[in-house]
This record gives sequence, structure tokens and C-alpha cells, in this order.
Amino acid sequence: MKLVGQAKPDLLLSQEHHMCPGCGEPMALRGYLEAISELGLTQRTIAVHGIGCYTSFSMTTDLDLVQALHGRAPSVATGIKRMRPDAIVFTLQGDGDMVNEGLQEVLHTAARGENITCVLLNNGVFGETGGHMTATTVLGQRTKNSLDGRDANYHGYPILIGDLIARLQGAAYVARGSVHNAAGFARTKRMFKRAFETQVRGEGFSFVEVLTMCPTGWFIPTTEGPSYMNETLGEVHIMGELKVDGVIRTTDELHEENIRKAAEIEAALARGGVDA
Amino acid sequence: MKKLMEGSEAMAEAAIAAGCRFFAGYPMTPFTELLEHFARRMPEVGGVCINAESELEAVGMAWGALATGARAATGSTGQGLSLMQESFSEITLAELPLVIFNMARGQQDYYQSTRGGGHGDYRHIVLAPADLAEAIELTQLAFHLADTWRNPVLVYGDYLTAHIQEAVEVDPLELGPVADKDWALDGSLGGTGRSRIISPLGFAKTGRRSPGIEQHLRTMTDKSRQIEAAEVRVEVGHVDDAQTVIVAFGTPGKFVRYVVNQLRADGERIGFVRPITLWPYPTDAVAAAAEGARTVGVFELCAGQMIDDVRLSVLGRAPVVGIGGISTDGSGFGVGPLLDAEIIRDRILALHRGETMPPLPDNERLEV
Repeated sequence: MKLVGQAKPDLLLSQEHHMCPGCGEPMALRGYLEAISELGLTQRTIAVHGIGCYTSFSMTTDLDLVQALHGRAPSVATGIKRMRPDAIVFTLQGDGDMVNEGLQEVLHTAARGENITCVLLNNGVFGETGGHMTATTVLGQRTKNSLDGRDANYHGYPILIGDLIARLQGAAYVARGSVHNAAGFARTKRMFKRAFETQVRGEGFSFVEVLTMCPTGWFIPTTEGPSYMNETLGEVHIMGELKVDGVIRTTDELHEENIRKAAEIEAALARGGVDA
Repeated sequence: MKKLMEGSEAMAEAAIAAGCRFFAGYPMTPFTELLEHFARRMPEVGGVCINAESELEAVGMAWGALATGARAATGSTGQGLSLMQESFSEITLAELPLVIFNMARGQQDYYQSTRGGGHGDYRHIVLAPADLAEAIELTQLAFHLADTWRNPVLVYGDYLTAHIQEAVEVDPLELGPVADKDWALDGSLGGTGRSRIISPLGFAKTGRRSPGIEQHLRTMTDKSRQIEAAEVRVEVGHVDDAQTVIVAFGTPGKFVRYVVNQLRADGERIGFVRPITLWPYPTDAVAAAAEGARTVGVFELCAGQMIDDVRLSVLGRAPVVGIGGISTDGSGFGVGPLLDAEIIRDRILALHRGETMPPLPDNERLEV
């Protein structure tokens, strides 16, 4: 029997990577590579990678690939898709790449309804430079240039990028997942599949944000990565689908829904248990 | 059959004749009409023209289109090209055959075009047409050279190149074969272990031999040396016994050629050198023309940029004097009063006779 943790996705040339222990990015990589394989899109997909820790996946990913500049992947993907409409084109960017450097690129690409998929690996820090504040760093989060925690009065507020994109008419599918536990991974992989299926059907722009652990950039012990993520970024960048079939749900609504569900579970537990 | 066309239309048609099927740009005077012609014509020939939301995005889109093997271009004025410089550097290192149109405001973008406004040691082939017939030829040559060398090529036009109307013909040129684009991506090799990567960083896929960044940069430098040896283009007139040699490029090069031909007919021993490629620079032609000359004049519509390359070519054989200058219309976009055959004639003769250079003419500003 092959254990899940040992199984190499078909679309990886090597399992070796240069990520730190506890990094969430390889999990996200596994999620979308498996989604591409399982949807049978392997031999028609072109990837565009931005610049960040995940850039080292450019060499190990067994897909045709363009290495783009920091922030510019959505425009490069646009040019590819317009010239090869039958290819499945996706971008891989971090929060520094997409939400800081290239915010206008991803918004314009979504607004044009480019029939591509953009993947955001969001850990709320510049991991590659060693843990600096990004546009998605949550209030109170300590980084190398917000040493006492992000302060709204001094540093401003984080951007909930999924909410911005969901409001744009050209965006067909928008979701925010997480890889901090097995359930989150499974749900995120389903989001990847829905995003790529949206592209296959030609419905327009699709977007999957994935919260990923960065214990090195968060300055915490490796084993605390998942719980820290859940309690800090996960409390602000709430997991869920933000736009499906034209119906938009805001992050606030997802938050309220989560509170309501938790209350229901608690009430059910108080009554003597929940049904599976 | 010849047809009356403005320069922008002629250049767009030439690009399409050369097989360009993707264009992305952002409106800016005097580049705007080129974008308009591509926007109208590309859908008719099965191509795509995107009115990009910024110059940064325009060049990124062209980058993606090039990666699929398409002939693709972008452009702007020098101001807009300033915004694209980071991508120009990287596209060059990724060896993608981008064609760039600079419909410049005067000749203030010589440094930007030939030195590269971006980071690193990259070079772009720069073609500077003097008139529309040459613009049509050089536009087609640009796509050919870009594919031949897998290196960006910039076509340097200006307000007059973009807007002047001439009766011209756009015939597809037979420029010879170029290598198959076996590096282009179509997505078909995913999962086969033979997938491809297009990267400015010298990366190869795991398991393939990677040159590494240092060797990659050295290889790019070697390519630049090869282009310098192979692709110099220049027009030279009356230099053999010339006492005074005038160097000028682009539209002003056409004016200088006209004036020098007239002065020769009057018996003045004056010659001209018109660089057609600004990089690689026709160093040998300028040096040869300066040999035996008393003085070399540089006529350019800017404070003096190409004069550096003239001096690097002449290497002290003769004094090198700038006889052009800044001259624009009131908007700063168009043509100033200095671009006038009579005024240029006076300036060349002043240099030739060792007389005081007349002051630069001022544009007539409308009082508002």
C-alpha cells in the first residue's frame, strides 16, 4: 500500500524541494497538480509562475511553464490563453507577488473575464525575503517590518483579495481554501477542480486562494504552524467559496456562517451528539 | 498597388504582413494611431489586439503570446516604454522575440533604446527608419531579426513616422527562413517528463542540464557580440573627400541627407552618415567617414545622446560637435521648428565654415 504522504503527484519530476520544514506551499502544489491530473488536463496545461519561494517548483513541475516577473503572471497568462484558447492556463503567485506588486494585474485580468485560473498562495508574509509584511498580513501579525504586530493606524488594513475579485463581473468562480489540516486540503482540492472545470467550460476567470503555513516567516516553532494559521490568518481570510454560479458571498458572510454552524454543532452536542 | 496611408497604418500593415498576430498597447501620443490600426485589423486577420490597462500589462501580455510561438509586438512612446523596462530586460534574458514600436517624442529616447532602461547587460536591436517606405521594410525586418536571434527588436519612429501620409505599398518581404520555434509552449508535453520552461533565469527542468545563471548571462553576452558583428545597417553619402561629416538618424536623418545632397551639388565637401541600426551602432562607418574629415557634426532632436556613440566611433580622429538640440511643438509631442531644411542647412554650413552656430529656433507658443 502506498501511503498518501509518500505518493508523488504524477506531475512532479522530483519530490525534492527547497521549502522550509512546515511550509504549506508543497501541499497546495500537490492539490492543484492532482486536480489537473484527475481532470485529464495534463497534456493541455500551461503554467505561469511568479516570483517567491514557490518559484523553485518551476523546475520540478512537469508542465509547460513560463517563468514570469514578480506581479506580472496574470498578463503573461492572458497572452498565452489568447493565442492558445484550447490550453488550460493557470498562474501561481504568492500574496506579495499578487496582492502587493501585481494587484492591478489580477484585478484587470478578472474584470476582463480572461478564461484562466489564478492561484494565490497566501501566508501573509514575504517568505522568501525572510518574513516581511504584505498586503494580506492580518492586524496584530508580527513581521520583520511590523515588529509589534500590524497596526491599522500605522500600517493600514489587510486586503481580502477574494472579496475584491468576486465583485468583478468577469470573475466566474472565486474560492478561498487552506492546507492547515486534512479536511482543509480536501476542500481546497475540490476548489481547484471547480476552478479548472470553470475554465474548461469557458465561463471566465477563476480564482483559488490557499492559506499556507509559513512558520519560518511567522517566527514560530514548526509544529505550531497549522494552529497559528487557523487562529490568525484563518480568522480574517475565512475559508469558503466566495462566488459560485454568479452568487457572491462575502468573507463576513462566510464568517457568520461559520459561527452559526459552530453554534449548531455545540447545540447538537449539548443535546447529546451530532449525526455523522 | 500604392495606397495613401499614414505611417501608423503602414507599420501596422507591415507587421501583419510579417505574420504578427498579437499586439497589446496603451494609448499615448504619438503612438495611439498604431494601436488603433492594430485594434481594427487584428480581428480581420485572425489575430488579437488587446487595449491593455497599462503598459506594464501590455508588455506582459506580449510576453505570454511570444511564449506560444506567435509573432507578437507591443509599443508606446518612450514615456510608456519606461514603464515596460523591467519586462524588456527579462524577456531578453528569456530569449523571446519581442518587437517593440517606439513612436517617440523627438529623439530623446536614444539612450533608453540603445543602452536599455532596464536592469542587466541586455541589448535590443534598434532599427530607425527615415521614411515610410523604409518603415515598412524595417518593420518586417524587425520580426525576422527577432526570430533569427531570439532577441527583442525595437523600431524607433517618431511623430512624423506615425502621422505623415505617403503613397506606399506593403508587400511581404522574402527575408529567408528562420529556425523552427521548438521552444514554444502548447501544453502538450505535460506529464511526459519532456515539458518545457521559458525562463529568464537560466533554469532548466529537473533532470535536464541547466546552464545556471552565470553561464546563461555569458551566453547572452556572446549573442550580443554576434549581433554586433552581423547586423549593422547604415547609409553613407559623399564621405570619401568630405571635410565635414554629419551624422543623423531617423526622420532628421532624412532631412540631413536632403540638405547634404544639395550642398554637394553646390560644391561643398560635406558628407553624411545615417545609422539605420542604432544598436548595433555603425561604428566602423562613422570612423571611416571621420578619417580625414576636419569636423564631425551630430544632428539630433535632443540635448545630445547619440553624440556619445559618434565620439566612441571617431575616437579623437576629428572634433565631434552637436548641431541639433531640443525642439518640440507646444504640446511636447510633435515636431519643433528645428526640423526644417533651411535651418538645418544654415547649421551645417556654420559648422563647415567654422562660423558661429545660429541660435536654436523657438516654437511659436500660442498665448492662452
